[in-house]
Amino acid sequence: MTGAATVTETAVTITIDGQPVEVTEGSTIHAACVEAGIDTPTLCWAENLTPVNVCRVCVVELEGSRALVPSCSRPAEEGMVVQTDTPRVRHSRRMVLEFLGSGVDLSQADDLHRWMEAYGADPNRYGDEDHPVERVDEPVKVQDELYIRDYSKCVLCYKCVEACGDDAQHTFAIAVAGRGFDARISTEFDVTLPDSACVYCGNCVGVCPTGALQFKTEYDLREVGEWRPEDQTVTRTVCSYCGVGCNLDLHVQDERIVKVTSPSDHSVTSGHLCIKGRFGWQYVHGE
Amino acid sequence: MTDIYLGADRATDVEAAAVDEALRVRGVDAVVQPEGERLYISGRARRLQRRHFLLPALHALQNATGWISPGGINYVAEVLGVPPAEAFGVATFYDLFRTEPPDHDGDTFHVCVDAACQIAGYDDLAASVRASGGHVHLGPCLGQCERAPALFVQGSGGRPDRVPADEEPFELPQADDPSLRLLRRIGVADPESLESYMAHGGYEALRRAGDMGAEAVLEAVAAAGLSGRGGAAFPTGVKWRAVAAETGRPKHVVANCDESEPGTFKDRIVMEHDPFAVIETMTIAGLATGAQNGWIYIRGEYPLATARLQGAIDAARAAGLLGPDAAGTGHDFDIAIWRGAGAYICGEETALFNSLDGFRGEPRNKPPFPTTHGLFGEPTAINNPETLLNVLDIILHGPENYRTRGTERSPGTKLLCLSGKVGRPGLYEVPFGTSLGDLLELAGGVAGTGELQAVLMGGAAGSFVGPDSLDLPLTLEDTRAAGTTLGSGVVMAFDTSVDMTDVVVRIAEFFRDESCGQCVPCRVGAVRQHETLVQMQKRGSLSPARRALIDEMAEVMVDASICGLGHTAASAVRSALSLGLIASAPS
Repeated sequence: MTGAATVTETAVTITIDGQPVEVTEGSTIHAACVEAGIDTPTLCWAENLTPVNVCRVCVVELEGSRALVPSCSRPAEEGMVVQTDTPRVRHSRRMVLEFLGSGVDLSQADDLHRWMEAYGADPNRYGDEDHPVERVDEPVKVQDELYIRDYSKCVLCYKCVEACGDDAQHTFAIAVAGRGFDARISTEFDVTLPDSACVYCGNCVGVCPTGALQFKTEYDLREVGEWRPEDQTVTRTVCSYCGVGCNLDLHVQDERIVKVTSPSDHSVTSGHLCIKGRFGWQYVHGE
Repeated sequence: MTDIYLGADRATDVEAAAVDEALRVRGVDAVVQPEGERLYISGRARRLQRRHFLLPALHALQNATGWISPGGINYVAEVLGVPPAEAFGVATFYDLFRTEPPDHDGDTFHVCVDAACQIAGYDDLAASVRASGGHVHLGPCLGQCERAPALFVQGSGGRPDRVPADEEPFELPQADDPSLRLLRRIGVADPESLESYMAHGGYEALRRAGDMGAEAVLEAVAAAGLSGRGGAAFPTGVKWRAVAAETGRPKHVVANCDESEPGTFKDRIVMEHDPFAVIETMTIAGLATGAQNGWIYIRGEYPLATARLQGAIDAARAAGLLGPDAAGTGHDFDIAIWRGAGAYICGEETALFNSLDGFRGEPRNKPPFPTTHGLFGEPTAINNPETLLNVLDIILHGPENYRTRGTERSPGTKLLCLSGKVGRPGLYEVPFGTSLGDLLELAGGVAGTGELQAVLMGGAAGSFVGPDSLDLPLTLEDTRAAGTTLGSGVVMAFDTSVDMTDVVVRIAEFFRDESCGQCVPCRVGAVRQHETLVQMQKRGSLSPARRALIDEMAEVMVDASICGLGHTAASAVRSALSLGLIASAPS
């Protein structure tokens, strides 16, 4: 959703860290950063979802703006002057990462580890032995054989809600419930997924950045210490179920498919699949 | 049937009837969506059709049975075409809604625990309610700080909500003061009588505005230098002109009657005792901006104000002052009331729009601004009642006359909510520029020990000032220069007997409770800030590292939060630390 260039669109030029960057009108500041080769952390942003600008890790300094602005959603306007590496920006990014790490389990949020190191985030400096901080601590929801939900890993990025709703599946099985630190992704009255509107497309799993939503196969392997991404191969193929032509990436470990994804830039899927493509691979193993 | 998946739970007859009635009075038939309609073609777009009836429908369920049940949610979901998971997400956002069966049959007695009620002994009130068998819910500010400790009774079993203190006789502290402008009709005109309002000059301004035309009204409001009285002080003339310039889409005037800033009760008193003035000024705003749709979003804890406003709307409509060709101005304008359900954040304008739209009351990122993308994503002028009331004098007597009061940069008068340890707490109106000390004298001076310790300016989102600030002129420019704020007009005094640590820790807890949870800086920052202060309270001191941490947390909340709640969540805390009101000695 970054507004890829087409020939009929007009261009705007903004200045990022002193260098002029030209992007098509309607592009975001984040897209301009990408264009300029400036590495920018994101968490709640994804190219196949509408920006919700809630995590605030992508904030930048915009000349004339009192507060920092979220680069993921703010459209680039002609003449904007943007700074991405000032002390204010670095401080906010560091604090956001620290805050997240202080409240939830980021052990499987692989992308974030690099950023936490880059910004010197220390999530353990809050509270002490006598005064432990509040954390999200909930039992893992294992309600079926397809995927699990572990909300003690949830950073509330809204991606799963978007993928379940307007941005992909239009099933609306989950929403944010509660308020403040107690806000959680939930079905109505927290009913189990089989009792909810869930159609098991797994598109929520596909967009989750922290492992809070996970294939049951991956979860089971992790539980026994056998999840080995370094030993996995990824094979791109086309789904064999219908004629739409969705691309599948089969993640294979020890000659067994352990999960299925789809490239988010694929013209047919935008990274989203249905239950068959996502979970219906058992026949490959003759099961 | 829509293609919304509903579980097996079904509404009881009582629940269904309550929802049907809530929709009927708003002119909606409780029928399910047409067969074949699919969610994928509607989604958020559905909001213009039915989704904004979600909040009234949830109120109806809560009031009928004391909670919102799975069957009730499913009924609302089916009737309004809202996915049940989303309806549940909305219901769980608000303090006044329960999604678990109540453990008591009766009404719920909400007792306020915020600053003014804290130092007035809310615990005694709670104990006496419990002793008489009432179910107590301790919660945030109820907007009755002048008569603290405050109580609001939420009805169940179909019984109406009520505020016991509303049954007491009401008198303004400045009754009979001839200099009153905004409050001049309060206690004089009968708030339940249109004739009485008219007899005291009511609807003259609308007639005059009709004669002047929209452009002249916009010019007058701009020339008067009127600015918003909710805290942000945005120029009203600029806002109205921006909405007036929008064409081709429906436009809205919203009265933000959701004042929830701890210490604030000004709009409540205005709405309760001069409701027609709110209606008349909204109509003028509609005329000036070209908006035909008026909405009042009022906090759920204000039953008397809600009833009086509804009475005023009904009377005005019957007299042709609302509706097609309102008051003969040639402009169509009407007003509907939506009740909030207990969420401080919904006083933030974009959160208010989302709440009224039927979504969770989460603020939107700005830009775009309400003047182009407000209610239902359409151009909207949103003002609070105090701001609106100023328009009457501007129209009746002209901007030059209006500017004879106040200062050059803060023209006019200001409503100030005096509470805490003052002789006569209540609502006061003074010209901008009056000093803080003179205002406290007007309110009977410092009560309790008689010795001032601090004043909380602007509420929980404001900041503390010390006794050395009594000469501070109360203007937008002087308070800003002094590093504080008028905010929503809160002036809460604390004498030397008050333990300020308790007060400040509660303010931090307030933000922790009221953060909507959307953005990380505020959702986590407000929790960590409160935890750090609780730790300080237990230890009796704050280490330099912890003191620095408070500033670091404040910086990210100010810089990177989505809305004003996060931007101000550390403001009072830091001012209390700077003034040495709490934990001045590091260990």
